[in-house]
Amino acid sequence: MTAALRFDPIRLPEKCEQLRKEVRAFLAEEIAAGTFDPHAPNREDNDAPEFSRRVGAKGWLGMTWPKKYGGQERSFLERYVVTEEMRVANAPTRRFFVADRQSGPVLLKYAPEHIKMDILPRICRGEVCFAIGMSEPNSGSDLFAAKTRATKTDGGYLINGTKIWTSSAHIADYMIAIFRTSPPTKENRRHGLTQFLVKMKQPGIQVNPIGQITGQFEFNEVVFTDYFVPDDHVLGEVDGAWKQATSELAYERSGPERFLETYYVLTELVRAVGKNPDTRSAEGIGRLVAQVHTMRRMSVSVAGMLQAGKEPVVEASIVKDIGTVWEQQLPHRVRDLAAFVEETATNRETLEKQLDFAIKTAPKLTIQGGTTEVLRGIIARGLGLR
Amino acid sequence: MAESENIVAETAEKIFADLADAQTINHDKHGAWKAPLWQALTEAGLPLSWVPDDLGGSGASLAEGFSVLNVAGRHAIAVPLAETMLAGWLLTQGKIASPEGEMTVVPASPKDRVTVGADGSLSGRARGVPFAKEAKHFAVLASGKDGTSIALVDAAKCRVESGIGLGGDHNDTVTLDKVQPVTVKPAPKSFDQTTLMLMGGVVRSLQIAGSLESMLDISVRYSNERVAFEKKISKFQAVQHNLARLAGESAAALAAATSAADTIASATSLDNDAVFLEAAAAKIRCSEAAEKGSGIAHQVHGAIGFTIEHILHRYSLRALAWRDDFGSESYWAVELGKLVADRGADELWPLVASR
Repeated sequence: MTAALRFDPIRLPEKCEQLRKEVRAFLAEEIAAGTFDPHAPNREDNDAPEFSRRVGAKGWLGMTWPKKYGGQERSFLERYVVTEEMRVANAPTRRFFVADRQSGPVLLKYAPEHIKMDILPRICRGEVCFAIGMSEPNSGSDLFAAKTRATKTDGGYLINGTKIWTSSAHIADYMIAIFRTSPPTKENRRHGLTQFLVKMKQPGIQVNPIGQITGQFEFNEVVFTDYFVPDDHVLGEVDGAWKQATSELAYERSGPERFLETYYVLTELVRAVGKNPDTRSAEGIGRLVAQVHTMRRMSVSVAGMLQAGKEPVVEASIVKDIGTVWEQQLPHRVRDLAAFVEETATNRETLEKQLDFAIKTAPKLTIQGGTTEVLRGIIARGLGLR
Repeated sequence: MAESENIVAETAEKIFADLADAQTINHDKHGAWKAPLWQALTEAGLPLSWVPDDLGGSGASLAEGFSVLNVAGRHAIAVPLAETMLAGWLLTQGKIASPEGEMTVVPASPKDRVTVGADGSLSGRARGVPFAKEAKHFAVLASGKDGTSIALVDAAKCRVESGIGLGGDHNDTVTLDKVQPVTVKPAPKSFDQTTLMLMGGVVRSLQIAGSLESMLDISVRYSNERVAFEKKISKFQAVQHNLARLAGESAAALAAATSAADTIASATSLDNDAVFLEAAAAKIRCSEAAEKGSGIAHQVHGAIGFTIEHILHRYSLRALAWRDDFGSESYWAVELGKLVADRGADELWPLVASR
């Protein structure tokens, strides 16, 4: 076979179910206390720093990391349960999500020991927020066209240039960014970029929030002017960031956030339709549930492969490709079905508000974290086409 | 369910490779390939995989049988292997010994019913029964005053109106008019027509997933051979992205089907919401994938894939035909939607997360 894609029927182990109960109970308490409204995903920029600390106190941040850095040494499948329950409840995870999923693992792998000892325990306590500095005004999907320069100086580097579309930069304490340390070579256009840890909220960094079509200010322009980064903040090989980027992508691309972003409209549709749906509503709901079930089974399967130490890069790209396309279509399909919901449905207004927000959110889902086009290129490479 | 973990599926794979080469079958106008293939499958005990030794079968596990079906789908097998396996499984539920030879199950659609009369005879009409014309016996699920029964019926005692389905295989209408069965036994508690349809749906899901794996495989291979505009068509981004989508559909079908099969193989009872979700969702998702996936496979192949000489239709048309057996995706979507609505909005996520 050309394409030996594997999606074994991995089940979450028994101990995950106890954890799931704990997460649900915690979230129910937070909702009851008014921390967030699970029916209102469109809340105004609620990054909930106290909530982050309480999640940290539960031991649910950095939970797969070594204990000496504040982690719990639990499995990726356990982390999966926490992530999906938070997502489905529309919990305010913005402040800790990037650090927990992505930045922490990068530090674990590439940061010097004293930086790990300093930062990782604070991530685990829910005290620090991370941003990822990849895109620039003239390099988005074409990551290796990045121009923001890191020029060698005494004891470190001076950064000059602009990052853009940087989620959470306005609240972030740190950014993990790639900067140009050398020009690309003739043989390898990916050469010459280096990954750095950047301390935010310092002179030399200006963060300009950018309004989104949803009405939120979630991403930013970040301008660096002679900003100094010390040598020990280089992460990994100088000029060799391209070698480091790929292996983390499987984690970034296959999680439950890649198909559950607009899930709330499905729940609300089921509520609006009630106990006795007509044939059209029943069929519509049935097809949507079959999709979300299948997506989840694929996503859990990839989590199981990651836990087993494999690198399912193609499988993970497939999960993000079809997962994000699906979560993008979901509000439109729910809108189709909601057209015939009784005027008397008690949650009609909630559903309409949610649809409004989900439809505005939808376009970004197939762009952020790797566009559909880039993903299909990776899948095509996996199939032996390029 | 890797073949390396499963000697039964390995045996099937070897037989198909030797005796069911798609190219050879496609060019064989007289069906000479059929008898040797069926004989080899029978000698290996595969048609009665799911029948224990004491009821005349080879006693393979459900999981082993399911992986055979996935492999059979990859080869678009056009003999009643899946049907005989399913019939043997149904008879085993009634503790009825399985006879030798080809079998199929009646009914094969959730809409059709067979009833048991006061004299113990069976009556009813079942449409779209796969391979009925080639079967020597039918495993029949019937309902009557005393509940659900399972029966072994001699095919010669029924009227079989011959038909050819979308995939080119027999797809017939079976009429039972007060037919006395060879054997009839009560079905186990809580076993009903829905149980049979769910199991049949998972069988077809695995076959669809297998056929999509092959469609992906031959489409990728073709795109790396065919030259147009002075380069291999695999180098065109539009073609690459279509094939990436085909890979996604193939992957989704495989994940849904193997998950449902795994659920049934490890379930103590088939009468619960988890089994229903898994099996119904697999049939829905695999059927949707059959449409999208076969469409892309044909698009990549261009006109050559539309010819009867090319093997693509063996996979694409069967995948599309299998959608209709044991309840179409529309049927299962309505049933799943009703189940979800009845459980209520706040019980949807707990159901999905329970898998």
